[in-house]
Formats: sequence, structure tokens, C-alpha cells
Amino acid sequence: MSPSAVEAALPARSYLNAETTLRSWLLTTDHKRIGVMYLVLILISLFVGGMFALLLRFELLTPGPTYIDAITYNRFFTLHGIVMVWFFLIPSIPSVFGNFFLPIMLGARDVAFPRLNLASVYIYLIGAAFTLAAMIHGGADTGWTFYTPYSSTTATTVTPVLLGIFILGFSTILTGINFIVTVHTMRGPGQTWMRLPLFVWAIYGTSIIQVLATPVLGLTLLLLFVEHAFKFGLFDPARGGDPLLFQHLFWFYSHPAVYIMILPGMGVISETVSCFARKNILSYKAVAYSSLGIAFVGFFTWGHHMFVSGQSNFDSGAFGVLSMFVAIFTSIKVFTWVGTMYGGAIAFKTPFAYICGFLYFLVFGGMTGIAVATISLDVHWHDTYFVVAHFHFIMVGASLMAFLAALHYWFPKMFGRTYPEGWGLVSASLIILGFNATFIPQFLLGNMGMPRRYYNYPEKFQTLHVASSAGATLLFFGFLIIFIYLVIALKYGQPAGDNPWGSRGFEWNTSSPPLPQNFEKTPVFEGQPHDYSTPVLEVSHAS
Amino acid sequence: MHPEAIAESHFSSPEVQRHAARLGMWAFLATEILLFAGLFVGYMEYRSLYHESFVQGGKHLDAVLATIETAVLITGSFAVAMAHHYTLSDRSGRAAVGLLIGAATGIAFLALHGVEYITHFREGALPGKYYTFPEIRTAGASMFFTVYFLLTGLHSLHVLAGTGVLVWLAALAARGTFSHQTYSAVENGGLYWHLVDLIWIFLYPLLYLIS
Repeated sequence: MSPSAVEAALPARSYLNAETTLRSWLLTTDHKRIGVMYLVLILISLFVGGMFALLLRFELLTPGPTYIDAITYNRFFTLHGIVMVWFFLIPSIPSVFGNFFLPIMLGARDVAFPRLNLASVYIYLIGAAFTLAAMIHGGADTGWTFYTPYSSTTATTVTPVLLGIFILGFSTILTGINFIVTVHTMRGPGQTWMRLPLFVWAIYGTSIIQVLATPVLGLTLLLLFVEHAFKFGLFDPARGGDPLLFQHLFWFYSHPAVYIMILPGMGVISETVSCFARKNILSYKAVAYSSLGIAFVGFFTWGHHMFVSGQSNFDSGAFGVLSMFVAIFTSIKVFTWVGTMYGGAIAFKTPFAYICGFLYFLVFGGMTGIAVATISLDVHWHDTYFVVAHFHFIMVGASLMAFLAALHYWFPKMFGRTYPEGWGLVSASLIILGFNATFIPQFLLGNMGMPRRYYNYPEKFQTLHVASSAGATLLFFGFLIIFIYLVIALKYGQPAGDNPWGSRGFEWNTSSPPLPQNFEKTPVFEGQPHDYSTPVLEVSHAS
Repeated sequence: MHPEAIAESHFSSPEVQRHAARLGMWAFLATEILLFAGLFVGYMEYRSLYHESFVQGGKHLDAVLATIETAVLITGSFAVAMAHHYTLSDRSGRAAVGLLIGAATGIAFLALHGVEYITHFREGALPGKYYTFPEIRTAGASMFFTVYFLLTGLHSLHVLAGTGVLVWLAALAARGTFSHQTYSAVENGGLYWHLVDLIWIFLYPLLYLIS
């Protein structure tokens, strides 16, 4: 144990112990407490969504019925998608770590609209309550994409699910507006746009997508609700309606939504990679501007979900090419991260393991993305497990890696204690291995022609299905280990000290856990973020 | 005495707080525009698919009534703009009157639109499966009324919300809550009302005028 670790002790006063009543948590407007509340809610969502995934994988152990019937299976995959997309992935990094760290990184005492911030938590809860009620009533069987005309005629309880997600959208919008305004108006003295930490740039780009895309989803779900309840015929071909209009509106939101999920993850990696490579980021501007580039181009790629839906060849070609633009911005980031690592003094801690996992999933998932953006190839892979594996690699694998990197990197700052590094690396290996074991068989299955969302399959596919289910089980144990050691670390972890990673991120200048008002006095920003060019003597990595 | 501006503790100055409020409102207005954008896309698609029905449907709607509705809304916007002006020059009483006039035009608009709706209900010129209107029998005739009811219905909900906001602001203005330093609520409420007005300015020609 290094001498500094002995001296480290929890600060006498922090946002955690300033007030301890339940009321002080439920009515708090402190962005840090709201971030912690979101963390709890989001972990519950991850658990629920993950349980549905496991149940699906168990059903798929054998061809034909294993232990549930086909309708139940349809309901399970629908709920898995809905919970994971809207209740976990979309709010995960922005609502938890964005809320907690964005104001601190800017040198602000809080977000611009703290009461709206609290309202967003309760709106999230109300949306979740509607969806939960629908689950108890059997749940919808439409898949998370709600394609019409099936979704407007199904007898399952689709309306409360639609309302639940509609309400949840307001929570996303409020968070997005709050972050945009905070970045514009709450920056501390000396905090110019070109000194914003890269995590802030990514969250800013994400917020723009949240604000511009979510209302379109809201409208689409509202129309579907009207359609289901009153049969206006807007998307119903039998009444002259056009189901493709639904798909266009849905993907106009849902494709940018993929960048709502992955951009914050990219921000986490940009923020952490230089800390663990102990080197300045290769190009700050390239990373910052490519975030905005992805946010922009992401709005013009939605048609690549509709190559076989009957849109014109010209449209498909245009959407295919535009989709590949995303890969250009993404590879700018990837090369910058790898270039930052190159020649650095790598500290291979748990967050760094997840950074490596992120790069692997992003590149693998991204390359298969280029493949499915190629129209002729997509016709073969469309609606197969190949697409399922592709988007799980990129928007789940990569986002999850970033979420876990962020959780481990910032855990000492949020709660003032360190987690056990050894167990961290064990669970990281399990999760990366488990994720590969789950989805590489699905790439192979998809290429062989296994359609997505099918309850049954030919017997020759069984080996790969069993391998995929085994991988999912491995993933579960990986998460279980993380959950156990983090809960133990909350109470028994070593006090971390203010800056256990020796990070130059602005948020490490406050105490761990931070004061209720974030700082003793408003910090003045004099240098660039992520500046490792001059050595600091007290650097000691947490052990 | 006029209320002094006191920034909430997390803002560095009242000016920054006003800036934040204004920017937040504009971001919110962007979400409103995109909310309607999807329906406008639907309008475009079905207009090109069922051009004849959209022409017939548009002719059938009451353009005179819609013109009066437009005039009512513009009057309301003017009154709200004046209320903003009076707030900036610390004349709260006049500001309250302006806001109340704005709210009154909102109610008048809803009443006039109600008249339109009642006519359509009587005729059976209704969306989807409820469509029984004998005069227009071209393909997609019911789709025109689906789009019409969805667009005007969503807009009327916004008028209703805006009216509520204006009544609330008028009550606060009458109590002297606002001044040239604390006008953010009036400004933002006004912006919202102007947006609602602006959306109607697009709906009016698209539904009632072009053929």
C-alpha cells in the first residue's frame, strides 16, 4: 500500500452524507443524487432486460417448444428489446454519468434546470410503470419496432407499452434540453468550447439528437396509439394507409437513437483512454468534431433499415452511401484512440480492459455495419441473426463496454471508495468472452439463414444456438460478480482519495465523493483537458 | 416597486439565468416543430397518393371560418407581443390585459374550431372507419379527414395548453410578479404562443386554401 493510500480518507462532508433522509433523496435537485438515482433505476432495467434475454436463450436451447409457447416467446423478445433500448441503453450513460459529471466538468454547481432534471426521473418512473403494467397484463408481441399493420391490430396489450415509451420520451427530451443549455450557459471561468472535456462534447452531440429525434418517436407512437384504439387507417393498407410511412417515421427516430446509445460511449472512451495511456489525446479537435459529425449524418441514414421494404433503388443507394459516412467519423475516433494508446505508459486497469473491449466490439460491429449497409449483401442478411448479432455488437456490446468502463472509472469519484481490481479484471474477461460466445454463433447462424425472432429452427442449427445460450449465461455471471463486488465496495472499499487514477480530467479536482455544491470555490480553468504533458508527482493508480 | 432579478444559486448572474431560460425554450420549441414535422410528412405523402381527394376535401372545408380563426390567432399573438413589451417597460397591468386577450383568442379559436368539428361529425366526414360522407367518394377520401383531424387536433391541444399558460401568466402579471428584470416567463410563454400560431399559419393554406 502506498503512503498516499494510507492517508486517504473519506471527506467529512459530501453530497452523500450532507442529508440522509429518504425525503432528501426523493426531492433532491442535486445533479449528483439524480445521477445516482438514475444509476439504480438503470441497473434494475438492465437486470429485467437481461433476464428476458436469458429466458429467450433458454427457450432456444432446443428446436421447437422447450419450456414456453410461441406467443410467450414473442412477448419476451418484445419486452427484452423495449426494456433494453428505452429503459437501459438510451438513458444509461447520459442520465447517469452525464448528470453526475457534466456540471462538475464545466465548473458549474448544477445543471441549468435542476427541477426539470428531477422531473425527468419521475417521468422515467411513470413511463416504466405503464410498461410494467403492460408486462403484467401479458405484454405486447410486436417486437420493439412496432411495425404496422400488425401492431395496430394485435390483441396483446400494446397500448400501455406505447404510452409508457411516449412518456419516457419526455424524460429523454428534458435531459437533452438541460444538457444543451448547461453546456452553453454554465461553463466556469476560462472554460472555453475548445477546453470542454471530450465527454462533454459527446454528451452535447447526444443531447442534440435526443432533442431533435425523440419528438418524432413521440408522434409516431402517438399515431400508432390512435391507430390501434380508433382505427383511423393511417398506416393500414386496407384503408388506404401506408405502412411504409410508419417505418420511415420510426427509423427517422430509431436510427439516430443508435447514436444516442453509442456517442456517449465514445465520449467515455475519449475521456478515459488518455488517462490509462498517460498520454495526451492524439487529436482533441478530431474527436470533438467527429462527435458532431456523427450526430449530423446520423439523421440521414434511416432508410438503410428499409432496403427490402419497397423503397426505390435510388433511395436505397443514397441511404447506403450516407450510412458509410458514419464509418468515416467513427474511424477518425478509432484511429485517434489507438494513436493515443500507442507509445503510452499503459496502466491495464479494469476500465482499460473495457476500453479494449469497446474498440474490438466497435470495429467488429462497425465493419459488419458497412457490410449490411451494402444493399446487395443486406438482401441476404436482412431480418436474419446476422443483423441481430451486428447491432448487438455495436449498440449493446460497445455501449455496454463504455458503460462499464465509466462505472469503474468513476466509481471512486462517485462513492469515494475503490472496487477490487482483481475481480474487476476477472469479470471484464468473463463479460467480453461471454459476449463473443453469445453473438459470434449468431453471426454464423444468420449467414446460414436463421431468421430473427423465430421460435423454431432446423436441428442442424442447434449446436450454434446452444453455444450462444452458453455465452449468455457467462455474461450473466460476469454481471453478477460486478454487482456483488460493487455493493461490497460501497461499504467496505478502501477510501479512494481525490484522484486515484492520477487523471487530468477536471472532475478529479473535487473531493471523492464531491461536496454537495461540487466545489469549495468556483474553479478557474487554465489548461486543456486531458493534458498529460507535464508530470505530476502524486500520481498513483488505485490498486 | 418592481421585483428585482435574483438569480438562483447555481447561476452566476440573472443575465445568465435569463439566457438559459431563453435557450431552453428554443430547444423545447425545436422539439415541438419536429413533433409536427412527422404529421406534415404524412400530409405530403397522402396528398401525392390521393391528390384528387385532397383537392376535394380541401374545397369542402370551410375556408371562411378558417380565415376568421387565422385572424383571431394573429390578434392573440399581437396582444401577447404587446404584453411582452409592457413587461419590459414595467407596466404589469397592461401586460396582464394583453395576456388575457391572448388567452381569450385561444378560447375563441377553439370554439370556432369546435364549430368546424361539429359540422364534420354531422356530415360523417370523419377519419378511417368512421367515414360516411356521401359527397366525396374518391379513393383516399377518408385519409384526407384522418390527416385533417390529426393535424388540427394536435394543434388544438397545443392551443389549449397555450391558453392555460397565458391565463396563468396573466394572473402572475396582475400580481406584479414580472418586471424588466424578471420577464423570462412572459417571454417564454409568448414564444410558445407564437409557435402555436406559426404552426397554424402552415396548416391554414395546406388544408384550406391550396387545391
